[in-house]
This record gives sequence, structure tokens and C-alpha cells, in this order.
Amino acid sequence: MGEPGLRPTREGYADGLLEAGRRDPRVVVLDADVSRSIGSMRFAEAFPGRAFNVGISEQDMMSQAAGLALAGYVPFLSTYGVFVAGRAWDQMRTSVCYMELDVKVGGAHAGVSVGPDGATHQALEDVAITRVLPGMRVLAPADAPQTRAAVLEALRVPGPVYIRFGRNPVPVLHDEDVEVRLGRGDLMRQGSHVSLVAAGVMVAEALKAAESLSRRGVEADVINMVSVKPLDEDLLLSRLRETGCAVVAQDHQAAAGLFGAVAELCARRLPVPLEPVAVEDSFGTSGTPAEVRRRYGLTAEGVEKAALKALERKG
Amino acid sequence: MEDPGSLRELAVRVRLDVLEMIRAAGSGHPGGSLSLVELLVHLYFRRMSVRPEEPRWEGRDRLILSKGHACPALYSVLARRGYFDPEVLLSLRKLDSPLQGHPDMRKLPGLDASTGSLGQGLSTACGMARGLRLSGTDAHVYCVLGDGELQEGSVWEAAMSGRTAALGGLTAIVDRNGVQLDGRVDELKPLEPLRDKWEAFGWTVLDCDGHDFGSIHKAFEQRGSVSGPAVILARTTKGKGVSFMEDTCLWHGGCPDEEEYARAVSEIRGEEVAHG
Repeated sequence: MGEPGLRPTREGYADGLLEAGRRDPRVVVLDADVSRSIGSMRFAEAFPGRAFNVGISEQDMMSQAAGLALAGYVPFLSTYGVFVAGRAWDQMRTSVCYMELDVKVGGAHAGVSVGPDGATHQALEDVAITRVLPGMRVLAPADAPQTRAAVLEALRVPGPVYIRFGRNPVPVLHDEDVEVRLGRGDLMRQGSHVSLVAAGVMVAEALKAAESLSRRGVEADVINMVSVKPLDEDLLLSRLRETGCAVVAQDHQAAAGLFGAVAELCARRLPVPLEPVAVEDSFGTSGTPAEVRRRYGLTAEGVEKAALKALERKG
Repeated sequence: MEDPGSLRELAVRVRLDVLEMIRAAGSGHPGGSLSLVELLVHLYFRRMSVRPEEPRWEGRDRLILSKGHACPALYSVLARRGYFDPEVLLSLRKLDSPLQGHPDMRKLPGLDASTGSLGQGLSTACGMARGLRLSGTDAHVYCVLGDGELQEGSVWEAAMSGRTAALGGLTAIVDRNGVQLDGRVDELKPLEPLRDKWEAFGWTVLDCDGHDFGSIHKAFEQRGSVSGPAVILARTTKGKGVSFMEDTCLWHGGCPDEEEYARAVSEIRGEEVAHG
């Protein structure tokens, strides 16, 4: 297999919305002004009567989605993750999760990988503050096809789902017909010495790191944990029993993100050395996506270094 | 208007329920519940098309109590309308009760939304009205807000949406009792000119005396003759019907002691005698 092509995951999100709209007439889409940026305008063009742009008012968008769900529709609403998860969090808590409504939330511009827009637009806490909500499920797909599949999975399962995706082109790792299932991770590569657990843009980096580690004689698992909540506990526990240590990589705060989720599981069930590759209690910064990711160590090299550290701790 | 006498009897019944429920619970929000009584009685007994025996009937009119803390009044009205046994009212705020401290639609059939965090209900109502229009039903959505609640910025995001979506199936009702937890609304963060504000946001503004069934009826009849979103500013008295609870923030939340309870009940029963 040659070098994978590059596509932004936001394109996969918009593809998914279109397909969801074709499959189910109950699907409606809400935007808060940035539909041209996210690509959800393509849904509005295809299904004009089923798309509502409420302007720059995320709180209004979240509760209106709740109202549409109460009237029997399946609303997908989206804007940048910082705002949809942050500003509208109380609405997501009371008007969506507490009522157990069929509302699907799309959080764009995940992580420092956003690049030049800088810290205000780089969602680094969205997974933490969505996954803590009772009833909310969290998907963090790795590439455009998987993001499309995540949208269709959100449509398939009743109840609230948060889908995290990014702005810039990332390697395409899956075929168009890939499926995503809540609670299922994907063991993309199997090793025996260390498990590399990754989500989103860090999956491609973990795959590169595994290649490089292999050249040094270290055989690593790569687990694409697209379902951050519920976690694929069976897969994680079975692999960690064999490898005995792990790296957890996500373009997000280490605290309460995928690292937090895996650490919570391991603290309860299987204490093994875990090393995060994530942002550590800091805001992001401007720069090209590649530069900024390097600054925060969110690279294949960062994953490799963390793997060696985890192996050393395992002893 | 038909039979205002029986509506007044119902209002007395609901006020007694509210006090008894809060007294049994040991806590609650009497002030803002008592200010809402006539409005809710009018809506559920004279205005809304509902089927208490089939609470999820798709064609029903909906009501979102955005000021969720006033739920004792709503619970009482729903019970008296036949949604559930009035015996249940005394379980308010108790463990495993369907009558949560703030409304939980998953626990109590008859509630059209769960509320409690102020500032969300009008947006939910806008979304609901959009959805009902999209599915071709002519059900109406009523949203009851507190006047203190209008200090939440999100209410005005919803107000802008109501206009752009031209939602003729949506009526907001503001319980303008003038008092919030910490004091007088117009001293903490003034709302006036309130009529101008709603008009500037594109809403038809009506008003009424929120304790006079004739006046309430007239406002809702007028609403029926205008298109687009409308708001009814209902002049009310916080704690209405109990002299020492009236027009004071001290009874926003709280529970009457034995002596206060007895006095409150006799004042409300006095009302009953006066109207009987």
C-alpha cells in the first residue's frame, strides 16, 4: 500500500449528513453560521426545508434541536467544538441529555491540528466535557470515511451522540464502506510489547510510530478507539493483558480525554503503565497544523518516545 | 367566557395543593407557583387541546414551563386535569417520586419537556414549533417564562429565532410578578421597557391581568387573531393569595411552618368563601 491520500474529516461529516438525510426523512440539520466552513451547507442545499441556520447562537441551536427531537425529528447540529460543547454545554446537559433526546452534536475543528486560527478555535476540552454527561456517547473518528460512518452510526442508535472531527486534511486510512459501531474499537495492527491507543488524527501517527518501533524490534498494537464513550473495554483489556503497557494519544487535553477514559478503566480493572500523548494543561497556539502538532509532541515521534517510556516503566 | 366560577374554584384548589405539597416536601418555590395559578388553569382547562388519558398524543398542544421551579402549580393542574391521581401530589421532591424538584418529563407523563435551568425553554419551544409545522400538524406550543428569567441572554437568542422562523404556532407567556430570588427584578437588572423589547424582536405583544380569568381569556383570544410569534405579558403578584407571601422575594423559595401554613390555608379558603 502506498502513501494514503489526504482528506479533511469535516468532508466525511458532510458526506454523512447527506447520506443520513437520504436514508431518513426525520433527519434535520441545524447550523450556527459556520455551515460553509463545516460543509453542512451541502445538506441545506440538498434538503432546504430540513435545514435551519439559527445564526451565531449556539445555545439557541442546542435547545431548538431538543425541541425538534421532541417533535419527532432527528436533529444533527454542529459548529466548532469549542463552542458547541463549551458554550452550549448547559443546554446539552438539561435540554438534550437529561431528556434522553435523539440529538446528534457535531464538534468541528478538533484539537491543535486546527493550526493558524489559534487557541480560541482549537477544541481541546470537548471530549472531556461531553463524555462526562450521563447518556452522552462520544465518537472520535480517524479519517473522512470513518467520520461519514460515525454520522450514520449516530443516526442508527437512539439518544445523544457527540461526533468530533477536524478541519485539515489527514490521511485516509479506511475504505468508503467502513462501519463504525458504538463501543467498538478497531485493532488496526497487532503487536505484543506495547499498545498504542489513539483517536482522531493521532491514529495515523500511531501507525507510523508502530512501523518505526518495529524497526527497533518493538512490536506495537495500534488500536483506533473511535468510540471514546462507551470505550471498547473488552478489546482494551484483552490487549493490555498481553502487552502490559500502553500509550494513549489524542489531540485533546490529557485530562479527562481519551487518556483519562483509558486511565479510569485501567485504575478499576487492570493497572498497567500508561503514557499520554496529548496536550498537558495548556492552551494551543497559532502556526501551521504540522508545526503546532510538533510543538505539543502530537506526532509519530512523540508516540514512539512515549512507547519507549511505557516499556521502560513496565520493566 | 364560560363558567369563570368553576375556574376560580379550581384556582383555589390548586393554591391549596401548592401549599400542601410544599409543606409536605419541606421545601419548594411557593412565590412563583402561586403567581402562575390562573394562567395554568386557563391553559389546561380552557385553552389547550390535550388528552390526559393519552399524554403523548401527537396532536396535542404542548406547554413548556421554562421557569421550572414553579412546577408545584403545574403538577397540581395536571393532576386536577386528570393526568394522574392527586394523591401523588404529596410525594413532591421525595425520593423516587415522579414529581421531581424541577420537572422531569421522563418521570411524569403529561410534561412536554424537562426544565429547571433557566433560559432554555423558549429555544426548545421554537424548535418544537418548527418541528410541528414541518410535520404538518397545527398543534400549538406554549412556553411559560419568569420575568427574572428574561435576564438570561439565551432567551433573546430564542426571541430572535421566533421572528426569523415566523412561528405562528408559538406563544410565550411571561409571568411578570416583578420579584426574583434576591429582590425586585427591576432593581437587579431592569427589563423595562419590556413591551418595546419584545416588539423590537418582532413579536406581537399582548398583556393581561394574570389573576383575572376574563382578562386572560381575552389576551389568548387576541393571540388567535394574529400571525407570527406572540408573547403575553401577564401582570401577576408573586405569592398571590397569601398576604405574607405576596410581592416579596422572601417566599421565592421556602416552606411555611405550621402556623404560617394554617394562616395561608385560611386566607386561600377565605378566597373560596368570597367567590363561592
